[in-house]
Amino acid sequence: MGQTFAEKVLGRLAGKRVTPGEIVQISPDYAMSHDNTAAIVKTWRQIGVKRVKHADRHVVILDHCVPAANEKFAQNHKEIREFVKEQGIRHFYDISRGICHQVLSEEGFALPGKLIVGSDSHTTTYGAFGAFSTGIGRSEMAAIMATGQIWLRTPETIKIEAKGKAPVGISAKDIILHIIGAIGADGALYKSVWFCGEAIDAMTIDSRMVLTNMAVEMGAKNGYMEPDDKTLAYLEGRARAEFEPVRSDPDAEIEQHLQYDISDLPPQIACPHAVDNVCSVEKVAGKKIDQVFFGSCTNARLEDFAIVAKVLDGKKIHPSTRLIVIPASSQVLEQALQSGYIDILVRAGATLVNSGCGPCMGNHEGVLAPQEVTLSTSNRNFKGRFGCKDAEIYLCSPLTAAVSALTGEITDFRSFTL
Amino acid sequence: MQIITGRVWKYGDDINTDVIFPGKYTYTVTDPGEMAKIAFEDLDPNFAKQVRPGDIIVAGKNFGCGSSREQAAFCFKYAQVGAVVARSFSRLYFRNCINAGLPALTLPQSPDIFQSGETISVDLQKGIIRCTAGEYSFPPLPEAVLGIFLEGGLIPYTRKALGFSNTQSAEEKAGE
Ligand code: SF4
Repeated sequence: MGQTFAEKVLGRLAGKRVTPGEIVQISPDYAMSHDNTAAIVKTWRQIGVKRVKHADRHVVILDHCVPAANEKFAQNHKEIREFVKEQGIRHFYDISRGICHQVLSEEGFALPGKLIVGSDSHTTTYGAFGAFSTGIGRSEMAAIMATGQIWLRTPETIKIEAKGKAPVGISAKDIILHIIGAIGADGALYKSVWFCGEAIDAMTIDSRMVLTNMAVEMGAKNGYMEPDDKTLAYLEGRARAEFEPVRSDPDAEIEQHLQYDISDLPPQIACPHAVDNVCSVEKVAGKKIDQVFFGSCTNARLEDFAIVAKVLDGKKIHPSTRLIVIPASSQVLEQALQSGYIDILVRAGATLVNSGCGPCMGNHEGVLAPQEVTLSTSNRNFKGRFGCKDAEIYLCSPLTAAVSALTGEITDFRSFTL
Repeated sequence: MQIITGRVWKYGDDINTDVIFPGKYTYTVTDPGEMAKIAFEDLDPNFAKQVRPGDIIVAGKNFGCGSSREQAAFCFKYAQVGAVVARSFSRLYFRNCINAGLPALTLPQSPDIFQSGETISVDLQKGIIRCTAGEYSFPPLPEAVLGIFLEGGLIPYTRKALGFSNTQSAEEKAGE
């Protein structure tokens, strides 16, 4: 019997053949933490060791509340800066660099076949490069700092095949929302999800990251695609280390094989307050919106800017709507500036904010008031996510967000003449 | 391992970490007592006010989905919740419970067999839950992680593994 991708990656580190259900004690290739590093360090200090076990495997990025919104956040950042200095952690990115998942990818840590853990649930993103990546808790990160190790259960694998060619304007976001709506928030609980099929093959790297980013919203432990020429081209000159692509054997045991034909998929939207509460945009069209958030680690990359800029070019957003724009990273910002996208967006009335998470988890830069409605390109619409439990969050693609920013209401882009 | 007895707080499916411990507090509220007061703030404001030591949270599928934030497990521990019983748990939440030393028990019949407010007991050693509807058994924790749980969580477990004594940890903490 052959082995799955998950069995191979975890088996390599365990130094033996592993099977689903087996728990292994292993050493991750990279471990990412962000603003929560300060809290992790407090826990780490309780353990009693004086030096971080593998300083070079840790990547620390400040992104969740940058620049600091108040004294508490500032203190938090200060403690992290002092810690990375004290421990000689070289891979440190301060407040101007961008959202952790985007930065790890751009900086070449997200590599095929590597095991990457992060104290953030959307660590699943790096699967777009063929890495096995998953979220862990703060105590677990503290324990990795002390011992270099973590326990992981070898997951079963679900294969999700996206068949057909996406209609014009239908993006990776529509596809993943559709799949999550169909499979449910726990449809892939604990599983390793392998995204494949012609629709995935046709996608850019930016788009593939949308799928793996949101794999956790169906409960998955990790989501991944097998590396192809596009992956290797992206990694060219970027990869931090040697790597070897890992693929499932043809006769490996796949627990479930799900197929989704996306040839006729209409634009999708997740309605309050669950990511799997998905319907076609058409069904909720006309709903007035107070704010559009174009940002987050899900959909604020260069290709998303190109789409939004194309829609907003020479136009003005609706007077009763605000448009918050947060590029996923400083690199995205730079490229969006060079391409003229930022000019277009700002002239259309957008509020441009520095790279980071912004309001995505309710910290600052665009949190909502009670009864306000926001349309967001991010990945979670739980109650309170944008800082207010009585606000409504809808999740959609950048194209749907841009068109709706012009009309001031949720709009099906197919009914809108660009 | 002890027997936990407490009143039932019953909830539904897909209870996410944002309603258990809102994201806006994740960097600003760090004191255990304060964390306990926030537990379930966006779902059930009465919970934190009325919860008593040993009380048991019961829920449906995918409990604790969403963020990796372990405060969503620790806030219950600090509120002295005895156990969380669910039809299934999100994997991050399950890990965080083990690491916090908070019993997270998977029971396929949850939450339907429980009534809000009834007193139930959980025998961790035998793997049995007793409630008005009867006796139900739940699967034991995998052996590989049981050790972490028995040590009271990942941090005391790691200290022990590295040869630090955990009584010393308590003294150190007292001295902080
Ligand atoms: S952008 Fe949002 S989802 Fe992504 S890492 Fe930041 S807070 Fe998390």
